[in-house]
Amino acid sequence: MAPVLSIANLRVSFPRMEAVRGVSLTLRGGETHCLVGESGCGKSISALSVMNLLPRSAVRSADHIRFHEHDLLAMSERQMAWLRGDKIAMIFQEPMTSLNPAYTIGSQMAEVLERHRRASRRQALDRAAELLARVGITAPGMRLAQYPHQLSGGLRQRMMIATALMCDPEVLIADEPTTALDVTVQSQVLRLLRKLQQEMGLALLLITHDFGIVARMAEHVSVMYAGEVVESGPVEQIIKAPTHPYTRGLLNCIPVPGMTKPGEPLGSIPGGVPHIGRGFLGCGFRERCPMAARECAEPVHLHDAGEDHFYRCRLPPDWKLDASP
Amino acid sequence: MTHAIEVRNVYREFQQRSAAGRVRSAVHAVDGVTFSLAAGNVLGIVGESGCGKSTLARLILGLLPPSSGEALVDGRSLAHMDRRERARLIQPVFQDPFASLNPRQRVRDIVGLPLASQGDLTKRQQTDRIMEMLARVGISTEMADRFPGQLSGGQRQRVAIARALVLHPRIVVCDEPTSALDVSVQAQILNLLSDLRRELGLTYLFISHNLAVVEHIATEVAVMYLGRFVEHAPTQDLFRRPMHPYTQALLASVLTPEPALGIPDVGLGDAYPDPTDIPLGCRFHPRCPKALSECRTLVPDNIRKDGRLVECLLAAST
Ligand SMILES: Nc1ncnc2c1ncn2[C@@H]1O[C@H](COP(=O)(O)OP(=O)(O)OP(=O)(O)O)[C@@H](O)[C@H]1O
Ligand SMILES: Nc1ncnc2c1ncn2[C@@H]1O[C@H](COP(=O)(O)OP(=O)(O)O)[C@@H](O)[C@H]1O
Ligand code: SF4
Ligand code: SF4
Ligand SMILES: [Mg+2]
Ligand SMILES: [Mg+2]
Repeated sequence: MAPVLSIANLRVSFPRMEAVRGVSLTLRGGETHCLVGESGCGKSISALSVMNLLPRSAVRSADHIRFHEHDLLAMSERQMAWLRGDKIAMIFQEPMTSLNPAYTIGSQMAEVLERHRRASRRQALDRAAELLARVGITAPGMRLAQYPHQLSGGLRQRMMIATALMCDPEVLIADEPTTALDVTVQSQVLRLLRKLQQEMGLALLLITHDFGIVARMAEHVSVMYAGEVVESGPVEQIIKAPTHPYTRGLLNCIPVPGMTKPGEPLGSIPGGVPHIGRGFLGCGFRERCPMAARECAEPVHLHDAGEDHFYRCRLPPDWKLDASP
Repeated sequence: MTHAIEVRNVYREFQQRSAAGRVRSAVHAVDGVTFSLAAGNVLGIVGESGCGKSTLARLILGLLPPSSGEALVDGRSLAHMDRRERARLIQPVFQDPFASLNPRQRVRDIVGLPLASQGDLTKRQQTDRIMEMLARVGISTEMADRFPGQLSGGQRQRVAIARALVLHPRIVVCDEPTSALDVSVQAQILNLLSDLRRELGLTYLFISHNLAVVEHIATEVAVMYLGRFVEHAPTQDLFRRPMHPYTQALLASVLTPEPALGIPDVGLGDAYPDPTDIPLGCRFHPRCPKALSECRTLVPDNIRKDGRLVECLLAAST
């Protein structure tokens, strides 16, 4: 099946740093693709690049960013504005900053449909109420008249999802939609996203730093580190047989309930994320990597591990840590 | 034997004004909590946002007076303790490592401040203690001269831990110490806290909404709901055999990294808890998937058995 969204060799730089360094990924209809990685590794910036909503100081380039056969790089801002919120919708990391505190939920939701579909206020509000009910909000009529600060975090996040669905998008980009929520509410919101996606055939690009969410939600995952996708592939494969040293380290750091042995330390990755300036060469993970060698300071190419599984490291797919038993 | 922490029937309310600025309602943030924590143990406290975890921590630290009841640390009330003595006994580590460090002070001065205000060590001795503590949390001598803004989130949290431990307190209250950090950094901090506890014989009160983290670090766990401990048990018992329906729901909502299991339906519904309006009967009944009709009117007793505590009518009958 042809991808709905395809990004090839995306680069984004700020005056003092390279935030995204050659990211490629594809998203098919009805599929969930997760983007995971350390804070600051470029997940949100990659997503904002697709929407053409980067901060002014950012410079974007790519071989292509395609929605079906349309190249988004070649589009005017007017065409992009038409696509945003219509065919491609996004849920932002900080819902409060993307909501206007001065307007009711109803008027913020209705505005999307009025702008994109020239719907009347009445029609738009009806659609808004229908979607609020669909995301599990009881008494939608009352909620439409409320202001953002009057809703709990969980309700606000559902309202953001409902707003994103106003125009039946084909692609939904959700940036850490549940990071700020309690685990019980998180389950409700994720179940909802899954259900809507199946009903509407949405392609979902889900940004998270939680491997639990990746495992339960996605078919495909791309692991980012320091502005690059360092490993990508089918979720089962990446979790059962991670190849890149960063992915392996990351999976070892996660405490898993029921698997804790008292007194045993967690696996950890020493050190922190490097600053990536202009002209940075070689593997971005080498300062923290237990397998780093001199050649890791040279450009590292993408390796094919078969079955749609790729990783960016000099090592063979079945490498083992010498010290490990 | 005196307990490291002993909390007896503590309540704390806050007056809250409505949006219109008129009607006042009471927020029952902590609503009758009783427990004791033996020295050397780690009590993990879990519960949804707003359930009263941080308020309880502030009550124990003496940063906030209770509306009624008392919190004793090492058998004494902090309210009547000299500030310097208190600082040698109990110290906090908070969630946001940036907000809790003065951005205009160098790391070595931040860590040294508690020592300087004690006033019983020479400059030389103070410097030695600071450097020893920084080395222990993995901060290099070079980093000691930096400002917080020049450190990563994990390094800042290490500095905050060094500051909390520099006086060698016996008790540390950690309020979401790793919530703002990435999992790789979280693992570093959790391992550090475990090592320090072993080496220095510390007692921790460890607040988190991450159950996996709590299982890893705590020796006993309390589950808080709308201001009360609804279950309190040794860690292994609680995770192997959760008894309160709310604990069961919390455990069911943890997403382990196991593919193809999908997202669980924890069956709690949409009735979000409101600490200004605590339900009659069992406070959890509007969301409880196991509620009986009497749960709407009967307040469950505090059932203690097999070294654990449960507040649920079902536990009384089994
Ligand atoms: N306006 C900006 N000016 C300069 N640098 C920026 C700006 N916005 C983002 N960056 C940098 O770009 C990098 C990628 O940012 P991005 O927000 O995509 O990270 P992220 O992976 O989503 O992190 P998090 O999980 O913390 O949100 C970071 O190092 C960030 O500091
Ligand atoms: N100073 C205050 N004034 C009014 N309400 C407060 C105050 N501090 C806390 N609360 C309320 O008390 C309840 C418990 O708060 P807190 O202990 O901070 O929760 P958490 O479990 O998230 O740490 C919440 O409903 C909170 O809004
Ligand atoms: S390329 Fe080298 S430094 Fe990078 S992950 Fe592979 S072994 Fe480690
Ligand atoms: S007392 Fe009733 S409502 Fe409360 S937790 Fe037990 S079963 Fe549920
Ligand atoms: Mg982000
Ligand atoms: Mg709190």
